[in-house]
Amino acid sequence: MTEAALSPMPAESLAATADRVASARARMHRRFLEIRWGLAGPALLVIGVFGIVPLLIILVYSFLKAGSYGGVEWGFSTAAYVQFLFERDIFDEQLRFATDYLQIFARSILLALGATVFCLVIGFPTAYFMATRPASSRNLWVFLITLPFWTNLLIRTYSMMLIIRDEGLINDFLLWTGLTGRPIVILYTDFAIGLGLLYSFLPFMVLPLYASLEKLDFRFVEAAFDLYATRGRVLRRIIIPLAKPGIVAGCLLVFIPAIGAFITPLMLGGGKQMMIGNLIALQFGSSRNWPFGSAASLILMALVMIALIIYVRSSADRSKASHG
Amino acid sequence: MAESAAVEARSVTKTFGVAPDLVRALDDVSVAIEENEFFTLLGPSGCGKTTLLRLIAGLELPNSGDILLAGRSVVHLPPHERPVNTVFQSYALFPHMSVAQNIAFGLEMRGLARDEIARTVGEMLTLVKMQGLDARRPGQLSGGQQQRVALARALANHPKVLLLDEPLSALDLKLRQGMRGELKSLQRRTGITFVFVTHDQEEALTMSDRIAVMDRGRVQQLGTPLDIYERPVNKFVADFIGDTNFLEATALGEEGGFVRCRCAGGFELLVGGIPPAPGATVTVALRPEKIVLHPGGAHGTVTQAVYVGTDTNYVVQLSVKTDLGVRVQNAVDGRARFAVGEHVGIEVPPGAARLLKD
Repeated sequence: MTEAALSPMPAESLAATADRVASARARMHRRFLEIRWGLAGPALLVIGVFGIVPLLIILVYSFLKAGSYGGVEWGFSTAAYVQFLFERDIFDEQLRFATDYLQIFARSILLALGATVFCLVIGFPTAYFMATRPASSRNLWVFLITLPFWTNLLIRTYSMMLIIRDEGLINDFLLWTGLTGRPIVILYTDFAIGLGLLYSFLPFMVLPLYASLEKLDFRFVEAAFDLYATRGRVLRRIIIPLAKPGIVAGCLLVFIPAIGAFITPLMLGGGKQMMIGNLIALQFGSSRNWPFGSAASLILMALVMIALIIYVRSSADRSKASHG
Repeated sequence: MAESAAVEARSVTKTFGVAPDLVRALDDVSVAIEENEFFTLLGPSGCGKTTLLRLIAGLELPNSGDILLAGRSVVHLPPHERPVNTVFQSYALFPHMSVAQNIAFGLEMRGLARDEIARTVGEMLTLVKMQGLDARRPGQLSGGQQQRVALARALANHPKVLLLDEPLSALDLKLRQGMRGELKSLQRRTGITFVFVTHDQEEALTMSDRIAVMDRGRVQQLGTPLDIYERPVNKFVADFIGDTNFLEATALGEEGGFVRCRCAGGFELLVGGIPPAPGATVTVALRPEKIVLHPGGAHGTVTQAVYVGTDTNYVVQLSVKTDLGVRVQNAVDGRARFAVGEHVGIEVPPGAARLLKD
């Protein structure tokens, strides 16, 4: 037995062994690929059919001519993109620079940014409070944060209208106390939209913040206190930097859906104060300009992606700089 | 006292939780720690040693009692207003900062000038032999290196008192033994009062000027390492520090400054301690290495012999119920001096055994 193992193998048997090993390895590799595609397949299929294909349709449609009764006419046109920045004079057919759509974009960006900032300002202390509760009661707080999702956003937005309208709870209270003589107009203003966005997306800020604050090791906080840091400095130098992944995730989760919000500006803005979402919806509805609706969607997507790329670049640079 | 103690705890009590789960972490503890002293709080986990350290640092508030630093009550001061710094058990190095930024943190917080901070950081890196690693992140360092950075970060502030919470427990044995010597010499060179928390008796005995042995929220004994090892006051201390035989004995009377006691197996010994009434039943603590065995005696029989390198640990049966652990240095050639089954005589030098309170 030992002798056989030690004696040199005949050449042909060595080659045969190498062959067997190679074929076994190939079989294993094939099996590995099968498993990998088998696992990823369903998700890829869904993303492809319901994500990539619609985007391609939007891209194609944005370069077509608008049909008179909706839909598109097959023929290449950049009219949709031109329309975004210019207005064709009804009389002399001259193109003039027009800021109407840019204003809608600017309003959307400002409202979404505002909602993000206020969500962060309100959400951070909330998440901090939750993360510092005893472990046994934390799940209860998470549950309470997710409670609004139990009711449809439409219903919740409608309830909000009841609170902020001229004869709503707030104004009734103000009139009753005599603080104001006339109701304060809140509903159908940009402020109302901002309030609605803040309310709708606050949980999306709180949950990722909570996730990162809950993991935060409070011994770092104690160490900072021990090294003469005041409470404000502990927050700025220790807690916020360590919670940064949660802050970034929360901001993205609020900003991206907020900039494309549809129901909130429709109901609380009264259709007068439009956001991008409403503009797009309008093009596929009463305006019957599908190419322009497609172009507006793509411009929105491009804006969000550019913002993300700038963010990723700058944070990568900063972490590189602090390493070097 | 002309000079006030560097750190003093006066009848400090600290409880956690509420009844019926109330835990008395510290129960009326009073300790005075002198300046330039290497003072160790030693005890099993849950004995209150870390709680006392956190009270001194200001990370916990006592239910009652007072904490004084250099004679000044600091019990109402938040941690950032106390002239003490802590080396945490897990080091708690800020993961998002470099080594240099970690060391500079306390100096920055106190608003020192930029060039002074840079100079101190350089000095500290030299002190803990970490030159050239200032740009590393804590995650890129070994356990021993992290330990050094934590020390440097605390020492950079030139605190009056340095608190160390089991700083060596995360290191492997060889590194731990090396760091013991370094810590001790660091304390000598800097002249800073060290308050060191550990559950490792060997660490405590080798490094400390004085040790407070704690158990169940109380200081059981306070003294030099020699005091604690040679003259334990109660069964807990004798048991916790080193190996000890506990023997039931009958006090026979005083004799030349010692107490003559008779143990099981009929052999008598002269015990140190306060003499009890003759005829009383007492507990006697006897260290295994203080017992001398003679071949061919009649006190007991060797029932076990375990070779441990320099010594052999024997178990000698005195009576059916009483075993005695004995540690005997091996012969020059490493052979054990006694064999299992051998009958031996036992000799205990006068005063080698101690009378215990419970």
